[in-house]
Amino acid sequence: MRLTELPQGQCALVGQVQDTQPGDVVARRLRELGFVAGEPVRVVATGPFGRDPLLVQVGFTRFALRRPEAARVLLADGVVA
Amino acid sequence: MSTAASALHVALVGSPNCGKTALFNRLTGGRAKVANYAGVTIERKEGRLETPGGRHVRVLDLPGAYSLDAASPDEVITRDVCAGRLAGERAPDLIVCVLDATNLRLHLRFALELAELGRPMLVALNMMDVARKRGIRIDVDVLQERLGMPIVETVAVRQGGAAALLAELDRVRLVPPMPAAGDGDVHARVRALLAAAVTMPRATAAIDDAIDAVVLHRAAGLVILAVVMFLIFQAVFSWAAPLQDAVAAGVAAAGEWVGGLLASMPLLQSLVTDGVFAGLGTVLEFLPQILVLFLFILVLEESGYLPRAAFLLDTLMFKAGLTGRAFIPLLSSFACAIPGIMATRSIADPRDRLATILVAPLMTCSARLPVYTLLIAAFIPRREVLGVFNLQGIVLFVLYLAGILSALAVAWVIKRLQRDRSEHMLVMELPSYRLPDPRSILLGLWERALIFLRRVGGILLSLTILLWFLSSFPAPPEGATLPPIDYSYAGHIGRWMTHLFAPIGFNWQICIALIPGLAAREVAVSSLATVYALSATSEEAAAMALGTTIAAQWSLATALSLLAWYVFAPQCMSTLAVIRRETNGWRYVWISAAYLFALAYLASFITYQLTLALT
Repeated sequence: MRLTELPQGQCALVGQVQDTQPGDVVARRLRELGFVAGEPVRVVATGPFGRDPLLVQVGFTRFALRRPEAARVLLADGVVA
Repeated sequence: MSTAASALHVALVGSPNCGKTALFNRLTGGRAKVANYAGVTIERKEGRLETPGGRHVRVLDLPGAYSLDAASPDEVITRDVCAGRLAGERAPDLIVCVLDATNLRLHLRFALELAELGRPMLVALNMMDVARKRGIRIDVDVLQERLGMPIVETVAVRQGGAAALLAELDRVRLVPPMPAAGDGDVHARVRALLAAAVTMPRATAAIDDAIDAVVLHRAAGLVILAVVMFLIFQAVFSWAAPLQDAVAAGVAAAGEWVGGLLASMPLLQSLVTDGVFAGLGTVLEFLPQILVLFLFILVLEESGYLPRAAFLLDTLMFKAGLTGRAFIPLLSSFACAIPGIMATRSIADPRDRLATILVAPLMTCSARLPVYTLLIAAFIPRREVLGVFNLQGIVLFVLYLAGILSALAVAWVIKRLQRDRSEHMLVMELPSYRLPDPRSILLGLWERALIFLRRVGGILLSLTILLWFLSSFPAPPEGATLPPIDYSYAGHIGRWMTHLFAPIGFNWQICIALIPGLAAREVAVSSLATVYALSATSEEAAAMALGTTIAAQWSLATALSLLAWYVFAPQCMSTLAVIRRETNGWRYVWISAAYLFALAYLASFITYQLTLALT
């Protein structure tokens, strides 16, 4: 499952962040910001137009991610706390 | 230890929203040298301080960064300075890494990355007051031991809140950090550090969750945003007006007074009152709008609302080829493009920032209103349309709409022309809400005012004096019957321009008025009055008389063509001067002037020819 498919308010663990192209800056940045395997994430809110961007809680921080950005985050299977 | 050479060079480094700038202001008392790094528009801020022990320290406030693996030009500067690789910039003797004590999961990772540079380093654990209030417990001794570098606690927004840091600067030994060996990658090490030294009752502040539930709500959030935007627009548009009038009156009075002293030398008197003081007035008149707008922006930015506004609007702005962050600069450009373009600094992606700067002049600024009002009153009948609307109002609305729609179109084209087609990144942190610190806001306003006066003021003043020269020389011959401007260089240029502007219906009077009108759009009204040699006692009376004159002498096609011209034409040197300053060169000044003139000519040509064909 991708982060974009996670229902709002539900917690999940990050599996990995996928590169969409070689040297994907967005994917690299997401990993640096804490989107790494085993990290709990939650969609806190969505933007008013087309539910975009997503507001995502990771660690102690909230980030606004556009849908194509959030879709890079794959969630770990089964573990929904 | 008193000369600059022996001073300790300290670089403040930290992720965005860690309170680094507030700490810098606390350390240096807000006295900073603000410049740009060579060749880029990234602000370089350096200050000095003396520690209680008498050590001289130079502090460099580096741009906020999440990582040394840079993803933006700001981060490139921070990376290169920290690594001692930036040409012309001395490598820091000591890195002070500022961490937000309430956001350690994110900020500790960056600290570990910085430590790997092997440079002498210490950690300032900032916002300790907020952390305590939220019940966050941090075992500083354990953290210090594991990181292998000194850690001091700071509260940048409180008087004396940097005392521990100052004391540490006195005794710090300049040795590389010696972190305890950790297992796994940097994220695993951060988790281990947090487990060993930090207790978080909640991942986020309860108050943030409560405010965000309302502010980011899809309906309530948009209503709140609309109210905030309306307030800003009102403030920049109308609250600043009395201040502007006061500034204009003050400068004019000063000019008169100084001019009076020079009555025996008419030429010098004219240079001083019509050149120097007129230029000074143009420059200073922008200050109230700039200060009012930045007051709002700084308060919204410091409180944490600005990124939320960007969050709400990002999708709409992104469709137009811009970014959520572009909204406030563009909104304020409806009052005046100068503060609007200056406000684009909050846009992280340089491509988005450039696109915003290029379309900002298309937002209908308040200086166009006098021109619009004059022409609409003279040429558009006050007729009811569909019972409720007024034809004059509809024309004004169409003019505003034309500006907005063309901005959307231009932004769309710019996005397609840009060579770097890589994805525009949002990935934007929404920080904790904070009460804005009045001191930081005052300092921020002071910095904006100085930057504007220094960098833009110089260009503007010299151009105004050039325009005065063109409109005043050569002097009219003996027994001249026409207004003096007809005999000047401006008059000659204006007559020559008629060849170029005949296809869009401009007569020579309009062409001449366009030249002094370059100083500011609304000046075109008074220059038209000058060209038509109307003597009137007040500005209002001049505008009234002018309205009657042009209604009798111009065709409807000419009037509509001039209206279309003013939607697009870069008839404002101040805008061009601020673009030069904000893009650090003339390239984009020429590009925006050229595309705006081209659009203006095209729009006027179509309007003129169509109206001629239809009437």
